[in-house]
Amino acid sequence: MPAPTPAPARWLVATVAETVPETARAVTLRLDVPGWPGHRAGQHLDVRLTAEDGYSAQRSYSIASPPGAERLELTVERIDDGEVSPYLTTVADVGDQFEVRGPIGGWFVWDPADPGPVLLVAGGSGVVPFRAMLRHHAATGSTAAMHLLYSARTRADVIYRRELEELAGPHRAVTLTLTRETGPGWTGRRGRVDADLLAEVGWPPEVQPRCYVCGPTPFVEAVARALVDLGHAPARIRTERFGPTGSAGPTGG
Amino acid sequence: MAVVSRGFQGRRRQPGAGLVPPGQYLVDDFPVLSAGPTPEVPLERWDLTVVDESGAVLARWDWEAFLALPAEDVTVDIHCVTRWSKLGTRWRGVSVDTLLDGIDTDAEFAVAFCDGGYTTNLPLTDLLDGRAWVAYGYEGEALEPEHGGPARLLVPHLYFWKSAKWLRGLQLRAEDEPGFWESVGYHNYGDPWREQRYWGD
Repeated sequence: MPAPTPAPARWLVATVAETVPETARAVTLRLDVPGWPGHRAGQHLDVRLTAEDGYSAQRSYSIASPPGAERLELTVERIDDGEVSPYLTTVADVGDQFEVRGPIGGWFVWDPADPGPVLLVAGGSGVVPFRAMLRHHAATGSTAAMHLLYSARTRADVIYRRELEELAGPHRAVTLTLTRETGPGWTGRRGRVDADLLAEVGWPPEVQPRCYVCGPTPFVEAVARALVDLGHAPARIRTERFGPTGSAGPTGG
Repeated sequence: MAVVSRGFQGRRRQPGAGLVPPGQYLVDDFPVLSAGPTPEVPLERWDLTVVDESGAVLARWDWEAFLALPAEDVTVDIHCVTRWSKLGTRWRGVSVDTLLDGIDTDAEFAVAFCDGGYTTNLPLTDLLDGRAWVAYGYEGEALEPEHGGPARLLVPHLYFWKSAKWLRGLQLRAEDEPGFWESVGYHNYGDPWREQRYWGD
């Protein structure tokens, strides 16, 4: 069992210190959160927005920054008919405030004590918790082999593209695959994440990698099933599936 | 006092919004969320058991016997801790009262156990008196694997992680024991109307 997580009982005030556009739809918010208790790579938090008349709405988001980073970071992808993501991606600006509560979730996490190897499989904005894991891996000098396989629709949809290139190194690999348009000059992979691609870039089941899969439900279902079909033990596969609003969290439906 | 987020309006006039617990919002679709791959167990190898603390089997049904039990059709609202709620969902299943009928126990708690290793814990009283079912039908169809088929627990008055998917049995216990999510930060009981989401709520 993973180590217990402290109870995230208190709402804390988060102030936007910086906004960084990642793609046409995704923005990283760098936040100052006095009193933030710290977190593990892969955990999420709850965001609460409150209107002037007291109406409020809450959603969960994966934490994009590694443990110990100077600022807490969220990368939010805009859902057009969403309630919270349009605010966070198009309205929230430097100095604006909302509340956060966390960290939450002690399951979809990676700790440097885990000897690896570690296969991370992301669909779309499912890459967010893996950015925290990769940066934590780099910051702690881990020698556990970690490989991110990241599927996006087009080159313009790739979140953290330059940063991921910089993070690749002796113990960290990043493989991008584009499912729709690749455009001229694309030398990376094309097509969906399937058993063939997982067998090629992942580790064989005998090596017993820990596998993390994060993204929209159909993506996670397909990748998890392909990993099981390849012979990976279901207990080695951890999934995080996005609900209709792109929020992170556990169990249920 | 909550801070006001400048320029936030929100979607406050969602129809039916008064019917959902605090911090929830309504969805029309049926999101899928779980911790690992969807297990696949052939029905001929499926069974449902009630066991005691030592693991001794108190009752067992194979698929055919389970389907032969008296079934109920229920329409309930469901609330996921990830904040979606869905109103008026229609299920078919066997009441836990029916499953435990004739079993003599002093147990005060139950642990639901599942294919894939998932567990969740509940006070036994929350499974009784027409408040919980083992469901195998959803909206007139067989319950799909991604939503917990062939059969899942249905305990709609608690957050939906308590309604364990891919259910294979109930262990009756004298002492409470935290299940899967309850061990990693989620509330031990999970009443959505009291917003018992996490440890300390």
